[in-house]
Amino acid sequence: MNVIFFYIIAAAILGFSILSVTSRKILRAATFLLFVLISTAALYFLLQVHFLAAVQLMVYAGGIAVLIIFSILLTSNVDFTFEKIDWKKQLFSGLLALGGAAITILTLLQFNFKALIQPQTVTPDIRSFGRAFLSYGDGGFVLPFEVITVLLLAAMVAAIMVAKKSKQ
Amino acid sequence: MIEGIDITHILIVSTCMFFIGVYGFLVRRNLITILMATELILNAVSINFVVLNKFLYPNVLQGYMFSVFIIAIAAAEAAVAIAIIINVYRRYRTINVENVHEMKY
Repeated sequence: MNVIFFYIIAAAILGFSILSVTSRKILRAATFLLFVLISTAALYFLLQVHFLAAVQLMVYAGGIAVLIIFSILLTSNVDFTFEKIDWKKQLFSGLLALGGAAITILTLLQFNFKALIQPQTVTPDIRSFGRAFLSYGDGGFVLPFEVITVLLLAAMVAAIMVAKKSKQ
Repeated sequence: MIEGIDITHILIVSTCMFFIGVYGFLVRRNLITILMATELILNAVSINFVVLNKFLYPNVLQGYMFSVFIIAIAAAEAAVAIAIIINVYRRYRTINVENVHEMKY
């Protein structure tokens, strides 16, 4: 059952990613990107990392996708269709991407992944995430957590400063 | 862990997603679509972190944490990038990378 679900999700991720980089209507591309992000959240649910799936749905699918769609509406004409990319650029970029993917996949298939079998396993639920975020002991993440809060505040202030109209 | 699914299958999916993002980054000319390709790349990397943590090191949380931080940084990056894109649009009336020659002043 899970196997079938995984292949459906994988097909959705790959298909919508390809559509999102090749679609010639910009709003459609953004919608396909939204589908990719939701499928990724579904993959996280399948891997039983529920907290991360919820964060993915909230921040990526709820926040970033909406932000991108708003900026598309602010900056471009919705009916506008991109002109065809010339075949040379398309060919070389495609070759580069295919070559990189081939090399990486060949390396992956040859590498022997060995799972670390240890008696104690952490269940990735919200409780353990919260503990790890705020603990300053071994395996704690309080410093990166604080740094990221300051970074988010700085990015928000910077976005407002850059995007606001200058008085002239 | 998903029963019956090898770790390499998920890694192949995320590799393909990453290189689709690279392809989009190279062929697109509109700034917003380039940003969308970057989001695809970041998303693929985040999947990699989660899968490697889940399958190989189930006794720690580090990979999930990196994924959470990637998501947060992607949000910050998208906000700043979109502010810059809106500013560029206001100045040049276009967001095509070929028409934006200079970003000074």
